[in-house]
Order: sequence, then C-alpha cells, then structure tokens
Amino acid sequence: MAITEEATKELTKGDAVAATVEQPLGILTRPTSTKGWKSWLTTVDHKRIGILYGGAALLFFVLGGLEALAMRIQLATPNGTFLSAETYNQVFTMHGVTMIFLVAMPMAAAFANYLIPLQIGARDVAFPRLNALSFWIFLGGGLFLVSSQFIGGWWSNAPDCGWFCYQPNGGVIFSPSRGVDYYAIGLQITGIASLISAVNLIVTCLNMRTRGMSMFRMPVLTWMLLVTQFLLLFAIPVITVGLFLLMFARLFDAQFFNVAAGAEPLLWQHLFWIFGHPEVYILVLPAFGIVSEVIPTFSRKPIFGYSFMVFSGIAIGFMGWGVWAHHMFASGLGPISVAAFSLSTMFIAVPTGVKILNWLATMWGGKLTFNTPMLFAVAVVSMFTIGGLSGVTHAMAAVDTQQTDTYYIVAHFHYVVFGGIINGLFAGFYFWWPKVFGYKLNEKLGKTNFWLMIIGMNLTFGPMHILGLQGMSRRYYTYSGGYGFELWNMVVSIGAFTIALGVLTFIINIFYSKRKAAELPPVGPDPWDSRSLEWMISSPPPDHNFDEPIDVHGLDEFWHRKYGYDDDGKVIAFATAAEVAQTGDRTDVHLPSPSYWPIVVATGLPIIGYGLIYSLWLCVVGGLFVVTGLFGWAQEPADDPNAVHDDHDEPGDDGDDAQGASALEQSSTEEMSVDG
Amino acid sequence: MAEAALDAHEHPETNTGMSNSKLALWVFLGSECLLFGGLISTYLLYRNETNGGPTASDVFEIPFTSVSSFVLLLSSLTMVLALSALRRGDETRNRIWLLTTAMLGAVFVGGQVYEFTAFLREGLGFTTSPFSSAFYTLTGFHGVHVSVGIVMLMSLVVVSLKGDLSKERAETVELIGLYWHFVDVVWIFIFTVVYLTV
Repeated sequence: MAITEEATKELTKGDAVAATVEQPLGILTRPTSTKGWKSWLTTVDHKRIGILYGGAALLFFVLGGLEALAMRIQLATPNGTFLSAETYNQVFTMHGVTMIFLVAMPMAAAFANYLIPLQIGARDVAFPRLNALSFWIFLGGGLFLVSSQFIGGWWSNAPDCGWFCYQPNGGVIFSPSRGVDYYAIGLQITGIASLISAVNLIVTCLNMRTRGMSMFRMPVLTWMLLVTQFLLLFAIPVITVGLFLLMFARLFDAQFFNVAAGAEPLLWQHLFWIFGHPEVYILVLPAFGIVSEVIPTFSRKPIFGYSFMVFSGIAIGFMGWGVWAHHMFASGLGPISVAAFSLSTMFIAVPTGVKILNWLATMWGGKLTFNTPMLFAVAVVSMFTIGGLSGVTHAMAAVDTQQTDTYYIVAHFHYVVFGGIINGLFAGFYFWWPKVFGYKLNEKLGKTNFWLMIIGMNLTFGPMHILGLQGMSRRYYTYSGGYGFELWNMVVSIGAFTIALGVLTFIINIFYSKRKAAELPPVGPDPWDSRSLEWMISSPPPDHNFDEPIDVHGLDEFWHRKYGYDDDGKVIAFATAAEVAQTGDRTDVHLPSPSYWPIVVATGLPIIGYGLIYSLWLCVVGGLFVVTGLFGWAQEPADDPNAVHDDHDEPGDDGDDAQGASALEQSSTEEMSVDG
Repeated sequence: MAEAALDAHEHPETNTGMSNSKLALWVFLGSECLLFGGLISTYLLYRNETNGGPTASDVFEIPFTSVSSFVLLLSSLTMVLALSALRRGDETRNRIWLLTTAMLGAVFVGGQVYEFTAFLREGLGFTTSPFSSAFYTLTGFHGVHVSVGIVMLMSLVVVSLKGDLSKERAETVELIGLYWHFVDVVWIFIFTVVYLTV
C-alpha cells in the first residue's frame, strides 16, 4: 500500500478543500489532492462519483452492446456458426446481466449522484464516503462479473443460465462451469453497492434539502430517483436472499433447489421476480424523471400536473410489488393467483398512462424546440408507450402463456428498456452534458445519433414481435431455414448494427465536441433556459455546489427568478440567468475530505468472491482488506480537522453535517459487508 | 424549524429533525426486514421437507432455546441501561452495561453454536434436507447479525476506555442499540415461527 501523499497542490478557482497540514493516520496519510488521476480514487465529491458511475456504465454499455452484436451475427442467417451453443448461452446471459445491472442501474446512479444534491440545493450527499464506497463496490462487482468471460478460458466460465437464472437449471448439474457462481456472487456485490447508495440517497432527499425546498417542491427527477431508491432498498434484500440460497446450493450443497429432496423450484422464481418486477421500475423511473425535466424545458411550460406526476410515480412504486407473478403465468400457479396478478398488472398501467398523458399535455400548446435531448425525450414517450402496450397484452394470462419465452417477450421488454430507458438516459446525457462538462454536445452529430438509434431500435425490436408470434423461441442459438424466420432475422441484425452506429456517433460526438468547445463561447450556467436549481450555478459546478444556500419559494424556483407575469398574465423576463445564477468562485467552504478507505474496503469484496470460487485462502486476503479498510475508516473523521475551515459561522457552511455520521458509517458498513 | 435554527446562526438542522445517521439506520433496518422476511418465508416453505432426515420436533429442544432466547431479550434491557447511563454522563456504568450486553449476546451465540453441534450429532446436517438448509441459513444469518452487534458493542467499549465516548456522543450508543433491539425483535419472530410452531 505505497500510497503516498502529494506534497504540493495547486489552488485553483473553486478549489475548496485547501488542506495545508498533513495528518498521519496509521500507514496512510489523508489524501488531500483534488487534481490528477489519483484524486479520482479518493474523491468523495458526489459530482465526481456521478461521473465515475457514468463512465463505468458507458464502458459496460459498449461491452454489452458487443455481446448483442455477436448474437445478431449468429442469428442473421439460418444455421449460423459464429457462436457455439455453449458460447451463445453465455453471451445472452452476460448481455442481459451487463445491460441491467452494470449499465441501466449505475447510469441511473450517475444521474442520482450528480443531480439530487444539486436539485435540492445541498452541499453533498448525506454520507460522502459511503457514496464513494458504493461506487467502488459496484465497479468491483462489475469487473468481477465481466472477468468470468476470460478467467479459466475465453467464454468458458461465464454465467449461462439467462439473466433470471431459473433453478434448478442454474444448479451444478445443469450448469457445471463456475459461471453461475460468478453470477450469484457478482450480483451480491453490486447489490451491496445499490443498497448503500439507496440508504445514502434516501437520507439525502429527506434530510438535506435547502431552505424552503419542501418535498413537494423537489423536481420530478429527484422524486422519481427517490422512489427508485426506496424500491432498491426493499428489492435488493429479496434478491440477496435468493442469491445466497443459490450460492449455498452450488458451493456448499444446500438443498434449496434439489427437487429430488423435496425442494420447490418455484421458490427461486418467486424470490427473483419479487425483486425482478420492482427492478423494472427501478430501471425505468429514473428515465421517466429525466423526461419530466427535459420536456418542460423545451416546451417552455411547467410540467403538467406536477402532483399527479409525483403521485403516479409513488403509486408505481407501491403497485410494482404486487405484479411479480405475471412473469410466472406459464409455471402453473393456479387460477386464483393468475387472475389476481392479471388484474394488478392491468391496474399498474394506469399510473404509467397518467405519466404519458402528462408529458403530452406538457407539450400541448408549448413552444417546442426539437433539439437532441428533446428528440430523445419524445422518443421515450412514444417508444415506451409501444413497450407498455405490448406489456399490457401480457396481463391477459392466456395470451401470455402463448408468448412466454418467444421473441415477442424479447420485443416487449426491449421497447421498455431501450425505448424507455436507454432513450431516456441519452436525453439526460445531451441535456446535462453542458452542466457536467462545461460544453454542449454537437447538435448535428446528436441528431445523427438520435435518428440512427431510433431507426435502429425499431428495425431491431419491431420485427421481433412478428418473429415471436410466428413461434420463434428466445435463447435458441440457431434456427433452420424454411420457417419464415429468415427475412425478419436479417432485418433485426441490420437494425442492431444501426444502433451500434448510433452509439459510435455518440462517442465520436463526445470527443469532437470537446475539441470544438475551445473555439466556442462558454456555455454559462443555464444553456437551455431551464427551471431547476442545478442550472443556478456555474457549469461545471464548483466542488462546493452553491456559494450560498438558496431560499426556495416554490416549484421551478430558478425559472421564477428569471420570469414573472405582467398585469395581463403574460410571461415577462425580468432577469437573465447570469444575473440570477451564483458564480461558484467562493473558496472558503469546508468540505468532506477525500479518503482512501472506501476503495480499500471495496477491493476486498471481489477478492472474497474469487476466494469462494477458487480457494478459501483468498477470502482471508479479501477479508483483511475489508477489516483494515473499516478500521481505518472508523479512525478517520469524516472531515479532516486540519483542512481550512475559517468561516465556521457562515450560513451555508454545512460541511460538518457528516461529522456525527462517522460512527454510524462504520457500523452500518460493517453490517453490510457481513451481509454480503 | 430549519429556518429558526439558521436565524440563530447555528448549524442548519436536518429537514426531518432526525440526524442523518439515525435516519440512515432506520432506513437500513427497513431493508433488513425484507432480508429476514425472505429467509423466514424460505424456512416456512421448507419446514416439512425433511427428505427422510430428522424433523423439527425430533431435534428442537424448546426449554434450552427458550433460555437462550431469554438471555438475548435480557440484553435489550442492558442495552437500554447502557444508553441511559451515558445520557446521565456516567461513562463507567455505560461501559459496564455495554460489556454486559455484549456478554449476553455472546452467551446467546454460544448457545446457538452448542445447539447446532447437537443437531449435527443427531443427523441434521446443513445438506440433509431443504428443511435443514433453510433452518441453518435462517438462524445462521441471525447469529451473524448478533455477532456483528457484539463486535460493535466491544468497539464502543474500547472507544469508551480511550475516553472518546462522552455524553455528547450518546447517539452513537443509541444507534448501535437500535440495531441491537432490531436483531432481538427479529429473534422473537424466528423463535415463534421456527421453534414454537413445531
């Protein structure tokens, strides 16, 4: 552990943690640097952690996308030979696991981390070091899962049981490679990350709002992210139980799924889907939140029916727990269960319909600007509706039984996850990019990106409906000619590569726009003339977020500081964004100090994971990392007492918030790491 | 409330009036409910699936487990006494009661270990049947929770011996107490569901 202190550091504008005295803490001195690559390892700033989440998720997105392309090469023509049956099983499993657990969830976490504190006017999240811990645990778990693709042979040890890994199909007898072990342990690790993050962000939303920011003045995005965190809080332990049973069954011969010994194969299905259906809303609600920010801004109207938006999100959060068995209609649950879950599934379409209606009503009569973020947001409204409608068809148990495990299902949930979630996340990228990085993404490339992706997704997932109704099963690694599958499979494969071109355009756009940005004027705090607090500070925001706490008097506070109404009720501008926004150049704010310990603790978990699979000695090594990390963590105050702190009584100096927290941070992480 | 505090040039209070740490612990305990809910459900599903091995009524020894359950519940009382001692500023008594709580917890865990070895001798191994796997997993998870609690209590004792656990930091004791009571309450459920319904 030869991590050494940087002796000197440059003070720059907005550089608020100006630590001057080194304080040795055991073998490691406290990190103070906020510059350079090393500072990213120790940062506790919610904005940087958000960027880390986003960057990691984007890399996993490319990986999951390559897996999708491999499958589409295999299926483009009958009797494909690009992938063997064994490899194909692993590729579709890793595609699903990667896209759901390593892309959609952390990408939502990126937005949550970056935007929640800014939107509620807070200095940081409630527990900055726990926040860093969440990210590093997530990254460790993600890399652990991905490493299964090459440890022990190229694509011979990856999970091959599908993303929901039904039992006893995922047991040692039917899946003898170590893949399912990677699945069970890897998802437990990422689950710990989600759980810690959920606790942290819930406390942040409930406890750290700025003056006047009541719950019902929080932007819809923050609300949706809060509901998501509650869903995570209660859903993650359920999958954790399932994963523990699976792990014990595979590693220690527990009898949970041994049907010969009297075990019940539906147990796993119930545990998985009690987690799995809320998970659908965990994935989609953040995208709904993003759309609810983008559409009002580019319609130049407040969101239609704010309280309906919030309450429909909460309703989805509750009802999401009562529909899980519609994933299991084909398993013979009995007529009463099927009828009950059919009904609840139809009901949950209502709050979702409310949201669609409110977005349309927000756009109705608005001054619409169809730039890239708005295009992606409108794509969510339209494409998600298609996915939602095909979803309601599954509420009819008879139809569902016909469609189970066909490409119709694949088509349905890809309209939800790609049409709803990926489009929503891309809307978010284009919308908040100038806020996060200080430059806008190029519009022309952005629109190319949009059209490639929207045409690509419809070419890819539209024909899957037909293939499914024609009777093509999902997860078959190949098919014979002469069943009428050839044409549509070719179309699907062409569509998949069109999407890939779209994503490539996005990546090119990032670098192209960054280079061009030097020639363009700075974007300023508020490039889109937006409504919520994150636009009221310079772009990118300084480490300390806001120079002064903001007094909030209503919904869309920032917009109301720029605009008012004249005597005739017409909207008039009475201030520019530059006049209203804060400059962010205050340098005397005391902030939570960086820390080495989160990454040390997080490093231990994948090592324990490898230990469980290969040699229990590695568990000892991993355990040492965790224990050392927690010990160091407990010894270290949340705030470096030697950091500059010369304005103790200034309002807005709430850096001490986390101080009493260190003991709890210690205790709760101890529990969590034992649970995991 | 928050405004009033700021006007008085104090540090801003939290929106709920509850400290971040305490709120976080409550939220986390909510999550734990689902964890034990899942494990208890698994046990209920499998309690009669003995696969020809010993059944619950063959092995359980209710009087013994009742005593160790009583010891665990007693530790909730000593936990409360520890907190109230510290709130009065009596650090010595706080230490004594913390130590007592940890020891009572250790007696419970010891009883569990004894019980497990007795069951094992009677032929109820972890891999014997769905019933045995579910039983050991559920009670084992609870035992790990108690053990983590003991570690935290002992850490508090060490911190207190170093003189760093004064009246002002009573909330730390309160939080670990909350966790401890939660684990006890969970045991009431487990004891009822697992042992008393044989």
